[in-house]
Formats: sequence, structure tokens, C-alpha cells
Amino acid sequence: MKMSLIHGPLSNVCGVKSNDQSEALSTAGQCSPWNHTMYPSVTGTSVLGIKFDGGVMIAADTVGSYGSLAKYRALSRVMRVNDTTVMGTGGDYADFQFIKSLVEQKVIDDECIADGFSLNPKALHSWLTRVMYNRRSKMNPLWNTYVIAGMQSGEPFLGYIDKLGVAYEDKSVASGYGGYIAQPLLREALDAAQRAGTGLSEAAARKVIEQCFTVLFYRDARSWNRFELAVVTKEGATVSTVNARSDWNIANIIQGYE
Amino acid sequence: MFRNQYDNDVTVWSPQGRIHQIEYAMEAVKQGSATVGLKSKTYAVIVALKRAPSELSAHQKKILPIDEHIGISIAGLTADARLLCKYMRTECMNSRYAYDQPLPVGRLVAMVGNKSQIATQRYGRRPFGVGLLIAGYDEKGTHIYQTCPSANYFDCKAMAIGARSQSARTYLERNLDKFTDCSLEQLILHGLRALRDTLPNEVSLTTKNCSIGFVGVDKPFTIYADDNVQQYLQMIEGEARSSGAGTEEEPKMDQGEDGGGSGMAVDEPAPGGPDPLD
Repeated sequence: MKMSLIHGPLSNVCGVKSNDQSEALSTAGQCSPWNHTMYPSVTGTSVLGIKFDGGVMIAADTVGSYGSLAKYRALSRVMRVNDTTVMGTGGDYADFQFIKSLVEQKVIDDECIADGFSLNPKALHSWLTRVMYNRRSKMNPLWNTYVIAGMQSGEPFLGYIDKLGVAYEDKSVASGYGGYIAQPLLREALDAAQRAGTGLSEAAARKVIEQCFTVLFYRDARSWNRFELAVVTKEGATVSTVNARSDWNIANIIQGYE
Repeated sequence: MFRNQYDNDVTVWSPQGRIHQIEYAMEAVKQGSATVGLKSKTYAVIVALKRAPSELSAHQKKILPIDEHIGISIAGLTADARLLCKYMRTECMNSRYAYDQPLPVGRLVAMVGNKSQIATQRYGRRPFGVGLLIAGYDEKGTHIYQTCPSANYFDCKAMAIGARSQSARTYLERNLDKFTDCSLEQLILHGLRALRDTLPNEVSLTTKNCSIGFVGVDKPFTIYADDNVQQYLQMIEGEARSSGAGTEEEPKMDQGEDGGGSGMAVDEPAPGGPDPLD
């Protein structure tokens, strides 16, 4: 599987999608020497996020898939940005590493200026949306879906951005398969808490996240049963590792079990 | 004494360790007409004395809006001021677009300082001949900043720059404690009083030569000029001035700068006499 370069300024004029740089150079003048991202290589699957009373948490499993191969089983797809913000990603891992280094530099810049202002979740979400949309508009996307969470002026913040630059905020978000499998479970938990008149507690939020990862491990063929959980409250931001519980005892009665 | 050898380029140090071009640029600020900035916990106010190059022309605009939460007033070369103003507006706008929040005032001021510094060290350039008073409001509260052609910038509780501004600074120093808890109206009146102190005895503040800018906790940056100023001028009308700056000559303007001023900014009368205000 060829790895293509992800940087590129202009569109592919001649329409020939060459993945080899030397091929492109040999027809120089017709094709740009840079390739555009056509497909991701090492990928992460779902990222989940949910707001609870007094904070927000996001989680992503620790596997990086190389197609159908579970190649890297201890990858961190969740990043603690600073005391008030965390960021999780699905999609191409190399693109995440690129964004991660840009964000880390922003945090360092804030620390050097030391004026009391630091990157908050809304600002990060806005900036990253602009980056993602800009890349999409150049037909050279960063093949990721981001979930940004944190405390914004004392209130929980949860945002979503995908490779098209589509961005929104919600009480629960999920990327990839999580959007189909986990999101209904997250929403049910939030709705139940609202009907009961109480907010969702941190413990209850964690419980539903764990339940989601169990179901995702059963159903998403590119998932893993260990995940990282990032929790942000007014006390700060922490990232921990959790093992998802699953019970495969019924597997042998399912049709197709070999 | 040997200044003439060392004052042609900004890249030349004098044997005394000074860069004369920068000092000359700061002189241009002192020639501009006075402007005063002060702040309370909730509002930052700038007031400025507008000069008219001749009786036929309008009074030169001194207060410029930068963003909803920042405004500036200028003293010195108006053209240089316009350039910096455009830069500040662009930076504020870009920051809002990228980060969906207002640019912190201190960070904008640092950017202006960095831009100004290049002109103090690059051969062939000259320092910006304008000083700014920047009034702003952000999450950390109200701010008044002063910038200089030397590329220094200062976070101020209150400040006055321009011709005869020492009198205004003295007023501000004397009344500093009162500003923190002032209402917006009281703050504007203090600013106007400080500004009035820079005037020669025979000149007074009018709706034509005076403008006010303010920003604060519930107000975007707003400029009051012409008729809007009248209500505040009326409130300070009857009051005795704390000190006049004495009569000064107004020499010819030749650079199209903010308007000429006296060569020497004469300060208050020598200390020793009784002070009318205290």
C-alpha cells in the first residue's frame, strides 16, 4: 500500500492520479509534484463524547488499524491540550499527529506569553474547523474526525469537526461507527436524566460510555476493547485507560460462528 | 554636541548609547495634540483634543475604532497612525475569524510593538512617528495601553500623551484613586478635565475640538464626537481649571502630521505656589 504525501498546494490539473512522485515529475508541467490525500492509511475508529453535570468526557479506543489489520494496539487517540481542553480523533493517524504538533505548539506559545489567556475549547474548535475546511477546499483533506471537549467559561463544551469541515456542538457526539451504534445509547442516557429532572452524573456518564465501547467491540470490526477516557471538569483535565468488559459466551450460538 | 554625525540612520548608535532617530520620532508624538486615557473596573475611556490645520478645514480625527472591544487615539504623524490602525483592525478581524473570540488587548499591543520594532532596527526604515493610547476590554477586564515609536508599550492605569500632556498626567496622578469605582459618566468628566488642563488659558474645549471614545463591560467601543460631547462639556463648564498650560505659539505645520505644536512642551508653573484643587 503506497503512502502518499499529504501536502499539496494546487489541484491535480491533468486528472491523472499518480501516486509516485517520480512519475509526476516525468510529466512535469502537466501534473503537480505533490499528491493529494486520496485515502487514509493507519486509522482510528470511533470517538465518543458526552456532557454530564459539571463536565464533559470523551473516549476513544487504543487501536490503529492498517486496513483490516489491527496493527498498533496501544495508540493514544486522545490528547490533553491543557487544563481546560481535550481533543480526540478518528481517521488517519498521521494527520492527527500533524494537527497534534500544531496544537502542542500553540500551547507552548501560550505558556511563553504567560498573560493568563490560554487556548479554550471553543477557540480550538473554531480554529480547527477553519483548518479542516480550508484543506477540504483545496481538495487535500486531513482525513480525520475530531471531538473537542472541555470547560468553556465554567460551562462544559463538546464539539465535532469532520474532514469536510462540518462542525457542530452537541450534548453528545460520536464519530465513525459510534455515530450509528453509540450515539443512540448516549442520547438515551441524556434524555433519561433530563426526564428525571436530574443532570447526568459523572459516574452515570462513564457507565454509558463503557457500555458503548462494549457494544462497539462486539459490532465494529476495527475496534478494540481497551480505550482511553478523558474527563474535563472545573478541577482540570485527566486521561485514563479503561478496559471494556465483553462477554463472548454466546458467540458459539450465533449464525456464522466457525 | 556630536549628534549630527549619529542621527541620520536608525541603525547608528551614538557614543552615549542612544539612537537619535528613535528619539526624534518620539518628539513627533510630543508635537501632536493631547490625548488622555483612563479606566475604571468596568470602562476604559479615551478623550482627545482635535486640531484643525486651518480655519477652513475640519478638525483632525484622533480616535479610531479597531474592533468591538478596542479603540485607539493617536498623537503624531496621522499617516503612520492610519497604517498601524489598519494593521490592528486586520489582526483583530483575523483572530475573531479563526478563534471565534475577541483578541486579548495585550496580545494586540504586543503585535504592534513587534511591528514597530522592525522599523527601529532595519536599515533604510524609519520608526513610526506616532504614539497610541489603546483602550480595550477583554476577559481580564479594562485596559489602557500606551505605545511609542521606540516600540515600547506600557500597560497603564491612566495616561496622557501629546503637546502639554504633562499637565494632564499631573491631574491623572492626583485623582488616580477615584477612577477605579467611577461610573462611565464620571470617568469621561475626569478625562475631559485632564484634557482641559493641557489647553492654553484662552482656549477652551468645544464640541468641535474634542472627542470621546469608550468601551466597557456592556458597551462595544463607541465614539462620541460633535454634538454628543456637549452634555459632558456642560457638566464641567463651571469648574475652575486646576492649571493652565500658559500661552503657547502654534508654529506652521509642514509635514501634514497631526498638527503642529510648540517646540518645547512647557510644563506646569514651577512648584511652590498653592494648588487650587487639593
